This record gives sequence, structure tokens and C-alpha cells, in this order.
Amino acid sequence: MSTARQGPLLLGVRHHGPGSARAVRAALDEARPAAVLIEGPPEGDALLELAADPGMRPPVALLAHAADDPGRAAFWPLADFSPEWVAIRWAQEAGVPVRFMDLPAAHSLAAAGEPDPDRAESDAVRLDPLAVLAGTAGYDDPERWWEDVVEHRGTGGAGEEALGAFEALGEAMGALRETYGDGGHHRDLVREAYMRQRMRAARREFGDGYAVVCGAWHVPALRAKTTVAADKALLTGLAKVKVETTWVPWTHRRLARAGGYGAGITSPGWYAHLFSARDRPVERWLTKVAGLLREEDRQVSSAHVIEAVRLAETLAAMRGRPLPGLTETLESVRAVMCDGSDIPLALIEDRLVVGDVLGEVPDGAPVVPLQRDLTRQQRSLRLKAEAQERELELDLRKDTDAAKSLLLHRLRLLGIGWGTPTASRSSTGTFRETWRLRWEPELSVRVAEAGIWGTTVLAAATARAEADAAAAEELGEVTELAEKCLLAGLSEALPAVLRALADRAALDTDVARLAKALPALARSLRYGDVRGTDATALGAVAAGLAERICVALPPACAAGLDADAAAELRGHVDGVHAAVGLLADADDGLRERWSAVLRTLADRDTVPGVIRGRAARLLLDDGRLEAGETARLMGLALSPAAPPADAAGWIEGFAGGSSGGGTLLVHDDRLLGLIDTWLVGVPERAFTDVLPLLRRTFGAYEPGVKRTLGELVRRGPAASAQAARATGSAPEGFAPDLDPERADAVTELVRMLLASPDGVAAA
Amino acid sequence: MSKPENGIGAEALRPHAEDAFAHELKALAAADDRPRPTRWKLSPWAVATYLLGGTLDDGTVITPKYVGPRRIVEVAVTTLATDRALLLLGVPGTAKTWVSEHLAAAVSGDSTLLVQGTAGTPEEAIRYGWNYARLLAQGPSREALVPSPVMRAMADGMTARVEELTRIPADVQDTLITVLSEKTLPIPELGEEVQAVRGFNLIATANDRDRGVNELSSALRRRFNTVVLPLPATADAEVDIVARRVDQMGRALDLPAVPEGLEEIRRVVTVFRELRDGVTGDGRTKVKSPSGTLSTAEAISVVTNGLALAAHFGDGVLRPSDVAAGILGAVVRDPAADKVVWQEYLEAVVRERDGWKDFYRACREVTV
Repeated sequence: MSTARQGPLLLGVRHHGPGSARAVRAALDEARPAAVLIEGPPEGDALLELAADPGMRPPVALLAHAADDPGRAAFWPLADFSPEWVAIRWAQEAGVPVRFMDLPAAHSLAAAGEPDPDRAESDAVRLDPLAVLAGTAGYDDPERWWEDVVEHRGTGGAGEEALGAFEALGEAMGALRETYGDGGHHRDLVREAYMRQRMRAARREFGDGYAVVCGAWHVPALRAKTTVAADKALLTGLAKVKVETTWVPWTHRRLARAGGYGAGITSPGWYAHLFSARDRPVERWLTKVAGLLREEDRQVSSAHVIEAVRLAETLAAMRGRPLPGLTETLESVRAVMCDGSDIPLALIEDRLVVGDVLGEVPDGAPVVPLQRDLTRQQRSLRLKAEAQERELELDLRKDTDAAKSLLLHRLRLLGIGWGTPTASRSSTGTFRETWRLRWEPELSVRVAEAGIWGTTVLAAATARAEADAAAAEELGEVTELAEKCLLAGLSEALPAVLRALADRAALDTDVARLAKALPALARSLRYGDVRGTDATALGAVAAGLAERICVALPPACAAGLDADAAAELRGHVDGVHAAVGLLADADDGLRERWSAVLRTLADRDTVPGVIRGRAARLLLDDGRLEAGETARLMGLALSPAAPPADAAGWIEGFAGGSSGGGTLLVHDDRLLGLIDTWLVGVPERAFTDVLPLLRRTFGAYEPGVKRTLGELVRRGPAASAQAARATGSAPEGFAPDLDPERADAVTELVRMLLASPDGVAAA
Repeated sequence: MSKPENGIGAEALRPHAEDAFAHELKALAAADDRPRPTRWKLSPWAVATYLLGGTLDDGTVITPKYVGPRRIVEVAVTTLATDRALLLLGVPGTAKTWVSEHLAAAVSGDSTLLVQGTAGTPEEAIRYGWNYARLLAQGPSREALVPSPVMRAMADGMTARVEELTRIPADVQDTLITVLSEKTLPIPELGEEVQAVRGFNLIATANDRDRGVNELSSALRRRFNTVVLPLPATADAEVDIVARRVDQMGRALDLPAVPEGLEEIRRVVTVFRELRDGVTGDGRTKVKSPSGTLSTAEAISVVTNGLALAAHFGDGVLRPSDVAAGILGAVVRDPAADKVVWQEYLEAVVRERDGWKDFYRACREVTV
């Protein structure tokens, strides 16, 4: 019957439609054309023979990029179930020529500032031809209409029937295009003119016995009778760039991505299943689902599968559909196998409906643009890839060195471990970095692998960081990532990372993890200053984190901690205190709230002594705790009713470590007296328990401080206490009245310290 | 329908669904030309239309009984058509009972074959009991047997309903296993059995957030298709539901009408939704979720409470301070964990929000 057909065989398809793919195969088997033309950039013709290579496994994408600017690129993704792929493979098996026929990428990349592979049949902004057709047929969802009418045709019909379907669809599209013209796809007119030119060339070569596989939308335009002159006129004066092409591996996940270079199909896994299932697609699909759920330790029996199939089929019947689609099967899975819950369903969506398939490209494919971009940067930065290990000192204040650092950090983010940062030998300033460089051969493979993230090092690292942020589970991972992003200067990835950070922080219930993350963030803020990265957003996130810590810390400290946990938390209190100090410039209220938290900690009896003592000390240092109040708190903590171990902890928290606690005690004999009195009152049995703790506290003091303290204690607590009482209202160590002679002696020095000519007089 | 008719029908305080919407069911039956499963009064399509609403060809307007996703109703109806039992799950206030009643009314024309589940529901309520006077006088016989609603539904091919399935003790729940898998109910005392005829099915409802009640055994769970009724999808829909119910309840309690209350209702609904969903309404900030359910029903009770406060102790205008204590009570169920959640929410979300100053202050006052 194919003799009745006028002109070439025009197969209008839906890109990535398994039903279309089956129908294309059936139609090609039936018509056996002498050549096949496919929608796609002709620059890819030379690469088509690689499609037959055994090392080639879809999903893959044909990549075209401007030779001098790999960032300007377009991808044509192809999966097993893409009609175009089926046509390519058919032609290769049948041994007939196969060619791409779309407008060359040289023009499309030159024309669009922003590359657009223009497979936009489903683009909601422009006219959606399928939506109109589906609406006419009474469907509210064009995808479902297409599935019912074309995709769910089982075998795609025998050849004859398949041809009929394409015929009918072509006519329907013709009617649509008569009504809507180019429907807002202005570039389509140029593309279609070029396609017609290619078809004319094909006719000269093969007569009418060739086939065309293209988006259904284009069929009427390709059938239209236009003059050569008109088409040529449309094609003159098009801008042009030098283009290079290659195959890159693709993934189902990227097919599913609507934006960027994704094909915007939401269910590649389901389509792959429909395409590969010999028969009974619904039963096989639900069995697959059951298998996945069993792997996840859910009890799913064959009876479940049977019931799910029945429910899906009845649902489809009720909705008047010929076969259950993805919606029906998922709804029946939810009701029958998942107890109505969405959580296992999300797993199914992720693992089966989208799927984890990664394509492969044979070694013979040209190098990926990422490698090219890397080579270019290596050359411009004079950073040779050498197998021999060497050390590189970078001074980040110099432009070239900063650029080198950025490149190395970005590569590390991409998993290309060319350089490893090491501790600097000569200097520890934040503007210095030391790297150990070594180029291993397998790093080239890593570069090729990283090619799926983007075409330039910057773009790839950005995409990778964003993906990592979304996938990270722990708060710590994201904080680290944020730090890396700042180091690598990935300001575009930063919003996504910070968002993930804020989300993780909001959901994390462990205050220790929050507290651990905050200092790192505060540090990052400092790096931001050194490297000139904009870190305002980071500051906001850090402040939010501090806020959450303020709320969650008091209950966490009061929750019956053991000694180790208390000591760990005390460290966190210190870390947060320092971080709040860094952050507080941006937010005054934060410092107030943090002080209030410290105050709560210092006051609350259920908080372990070591934390209470620490909080009191931090408040005292900030001048937020009066000396008298400090003494009151210490007296409470060291009163006989308090367990000695807890009291010793308090002293450790208050006066321990290298934070100048000893000097404080030397100058405030009231505090020293309190400790002394307490120590004398510790019962003998408890004394051995608290001794190690006290030793740790006082042993860390400098020798001079230790000696002075010893002398003070020997003088006796009573004497110093009496002295304090005798001085009346004056602060400890000061006489009640000013001694002008002695004061004059130091004014000169104080003036020098303040570097002000007249400030002291006022003071 | 051999339902005992006591003549009050539509005048009852709360008429049965099949009485209240008799004209709609009749019009649907007349217009319905699609195939009906055995003993169904309507086709599955017509049942779905009855619940979701629509306009028939003859101009009869079918009021929507359930406002929510279409697929939920479709899956529920289809489940009944495949003779699998249907389990409706959801938090309080998601119209589980309402949907189950209307499904039974539309499918079987009778929503009264009902077992109300409580902690004290005995096996007899699901299987059968005995008329002891007769049992003693005549010995065991069919006449002395008192069938349960489930047994009657099996014999007549009707839809039985079990409310609050998870409140029924586990051993009594398991009585349903034979009914649902074998579709028979043996009566060993008589050496007989009642076999379910075509058209029999069972709709159960259960609360999926009430922990501590009797968890369904997996054997029983397997015999149900589960449909989870979601909480209202948008804030506007929920505000609408809350405002309508509060208005009804206020009238019943003789509270003065408070027209300016809508802003406060919106605020209560917003707080509930944000805490429940774990993310703020603008989708920008995540927040922790407390352990309580924060259902629409609770939002209704918070607002009603606030209204009563405003009417009896305030100036009659619903103000933030009237609802703050109620919200705190609904949110903080677990004094330790939930309090942190609530404080974090107050500090991170409420404090920064425009026009929420009074509310923030009112909440701070009660949250100490």
C-alpha cells in the first residue's frame, strides 16, 4: 500500500515517546526506506556511526558546543525509547544511510545567546499543539491523551496500522497549524526551511523512497509545497559559529529534568519499561514495583500484585482509558501495597519511574568540552599537568594565584583530585595556601565522567555543588560544602547550598550538631572577606543558626548529661560564644539573646556545673555579670548542698583552661576565698573524687599565677576577707578613695595606650 | 430497601445521607446508563459524580459532598467495585466518616449498616449475638440469632461500615479477616454459615495519627485497599472550612457572631498549616513539626474557644490573645520537645512577620 503514498515517508513523533518509537520501528520495517533523515544537527552526522559501537549505551546525548566557548552548548538527549534512536539503529542495521536534517548547531548556537535545543513541544509558554489536540478529544492532560492514542498501542500495530496512525496524526497537526500558524515558534520557520532543503537534497539522491523522523509538529511544514527560493531567502544571513560535537553519557535523571538540558519527560523509567516490556506491561511493571518494595523490607505478596493490577485496570476502565497508565498504576500501588502512604511511593518514583540509568559512550568519541576548558585554563594559568608530585605555594592576594586556587578547589569539588591542600610550611596567614599537585592518568577519566555536570569547570562545579547540597543528609556535610563553595568561588551555587543548609538546620534536632556547624560558618564568613566573595547571605544563615541554638541549648543542657557529654557541650558553648562575637556586628539583638541564654544556663540548677561555670565566666568577661552576682553564683554552686563533683566542675568551667582564670582569681580575693572555703569543707571521701578535676583546672595555670595564688591562700582566707570588708563599698583591690599621687603615675601610660591627646582627663 | 422506616426521615436532627440527598441519587440513577456491578444502585462513575458533584444532562445539580482530590474518590469507588474492602485513613477532621457514609448511600442505597468501633466493641457487634430469651426457650436456631450489621450486609449484598476500626480491640478486629478473605461468616452453634452475596463490601475508617490505639494487624491490613484522606490542600480552603464550622458551632452555642474574626482564623490556620507541613507558607523556611496532629478539627476548636473567650470576657472581638493560649495547648503536647519547636517557630517565623507583632507578644506572654 505504500505505493499510494505521495512523497517521502514522514513520521511525526513525540520525542522520547516509547509508543512513537515502536510505531517508528514498525513503519520503517513496513516501508523499508532507502535512507532515513532525523531531526538533529547535521554536525553530528560524522558521529552517527558511533551509535552502532558496542560501547555505546543510551541514554546518551549528542553535544554541540561553540569551539571557542564550551559554555555555549546544546544537548540532544537520546534514550533507548526515543524514536530518533530507534530510527538510527534501524538504519544502521538495515545498512541504509542515516543523516541529521535540522538547522546546523552552528547557526542555532550563534543565534541564541542562551542555547536552546528547541524541542519545545511541551513548552507551556508557547502554544502546545498536543494540549490543543488533547483538549479537543476531551482530555485535560496532553501527556495522557498522547499515551492513550499513540503510546498505549501495544505493539504499535502491524506496519500498515502504524503508517495509518502517522498519517492521521500528520493531518491533525496540519489542521492545527492552519489555525495557529507557527504558534509562536518563530525559529521553527527557519528550521523547517532548512529541513526542506535537506529533503530536497535527499530526493535528488534517493528519489521519494526515504523516511523522515521528526517532531509531529513539523510534519505539515515539511509536507508543504514551498519554493526553493523562499526557503533560501529564510536561510540567508544566519549568524554562524564554529561548532564541535561529541557524544556524552546521559542519565535518566537528567532526562527527567524539565529545565536546562533535560528533556522534560517526568517518567523515563516508566517509558523505558513500556518500550522494553514484551507484553503485559502493567503486570510486569507492578511486579517490578513489588520487587523494589520487597528489597526495602516491605511485605508485598503476589496477592498484592494481583489486587494492584485489578485496581489499576478498573480505575482505567472507570476513567475510560484503554490501558492503565502511570497514574493508575501508581494510585493502585499506593492503595494496595503502601497502605495509602506517600513515603514508599516517593521511593518508587525515584528508583523506578525516573530510574538510575547511566549511559555509556565508547572511547572513540571526541573529548568532552570540560577537558578542553580545563586544558585552556591550565595553559592560561601556566599550571602544567605533571605526573611528578610538586608543591605549590599560593598567595591569594595575587590575581593569578587566586585563580589557580579557585581552579584547584573547583576540581576537588568535582572529584578530580589533582591538587591536595596541605599545611603551609612557611606561613599560616589566611591569604596563603599550599597545594601538593600530582596528575594521575585516571584523572582524565574523572574529567570525562564529570562532563555530565557541565561544559566548563565553573559550570560543572556549580552544578555538582548544587546536586550535592540537595543530596546531603547531614548538616555537617552541607556546612562543609558551603565552605568549599566559598573557597572555590562558586557564588552561583551558594544560594542552593545555603538553602539546603537552612533546611537541614531547621530540621536538625541535635543542638550539638548545630553548635558544631556554627563556628565553621563564622570561619567561612572570614574567608569570604579575604577572597572578596559576597557572604551576606551566609551571614543571614549563620545568624538563623545561632538563633536556633539559642532556643535549643538550655533544654539540651538540662537534660541529665553525663560528664563527657557535658564537657563536649561546654566546648560547644565556647565555640558558639566566639561565633556569636563574630556575627554580632551584623545583628545586635543576637548578642543580647545569646547573653540571655548564658544567663539561663548559669542560673539553672539542672545544668551540669561545668557548663554553668563556663556560662558565668563568659558573662563576667563580657561585663554582663556584676562581681557581686558572680560571687553569689559561685557561692550557690559551691554551697555544701551541691555535690562536690558538680562543684568542682563548676570551678573547672569558670576558672579552668587557658582563659586566664588564674589571673582572675589572683585579683578577686572574694572568689578565691569562696573556692578556698569550699575546698576546705569538702568531705575527705569526696576529696579524692574531685582532686583530678581540680588538678586539671589549676595545673594548667602559668607558674607565676600558681605561685601568687599559693601565697594568697597561705595568707589565709580570713585576712583577705576582712580586708575586703574593711574597704567598704569599693571594688576588690581598690581603696575607697582615689589616691591622686598614685593615679598620676599611670595617666601618661594610659594616654599612650588610648592614643588620644586629651581623653584621660575626661575619664 | 427494607430499612426500618420510622417516619421521621428528613425531619430527623441529622437525616441519613440517602434520605437527605434522595433526589440527587434518583436523578443519577435515571441518568446513569453505564454498567453497574451486581446489586449496586449506581455505576462507579455515577457514584464518583455523586461524591464530587456535577451537573447532569437533565439539569439536575449534584452538590459536591467531598471537596478534595478527584483521584481519592476514584480510587475509593474503584476499590469497592473490585470487591476489595476500603480503609479510609486520615487525621481527625478530614471527612472520613462523611465520605464513608455517602459511599455506602450511593453504592447500596443504605448507609445504616454501621458498626461504631470503641474500645468496648465486642465480637458480637461484628459477627452475631443471641436473643437469650429465645435461645433458652427454643435452643439455638436462626430465629434466636441476632445478626450484626456486617452479617446483614453479607446476606443482602450491601455495603457495611465500620467506624474507628483502630479503636476496636485487636482480637475483635481479627474477626473481620474471615469475613474479608473467605467472604463467609461461620455459625458453629448451628453448623451453618452465612455466605456473602455479590455486592457485599466493607468500608472502614481509622485515624492514622492516634498512636497507642490498636494497630491493625498486617493480616487485616492486607485485606484492605488504603486511601488516605489528605488535609485541605490550600490555606484558603482550610480557612473556609474552619470559618464555616466555627460559625455553625457558634450558633449552636449561642455565641455572638464575630464578623471581624476572619483575620484571626486565617492566622490560626496559617500557624497550624506551617507547623504541620514543616515549612512556612511562602515555602522559604523550614520549621520543625510538633508531635500533635494539628488537624483542622483542632483549629476549629481553638477558634471556637477563642470566640467564647472574646464573647464572655473580652469586647466581643476575636483578638490574638484569645487564640494564643489555645494554639499553645494544641501545639505543645510533649512539654519538652514541642516547647522547643514552638519557641523556635515563634522566634524564627512569627517575630519577623509583618502585622503579627500583637500575636507574637500574646504568644510570648503565654509561653513561659
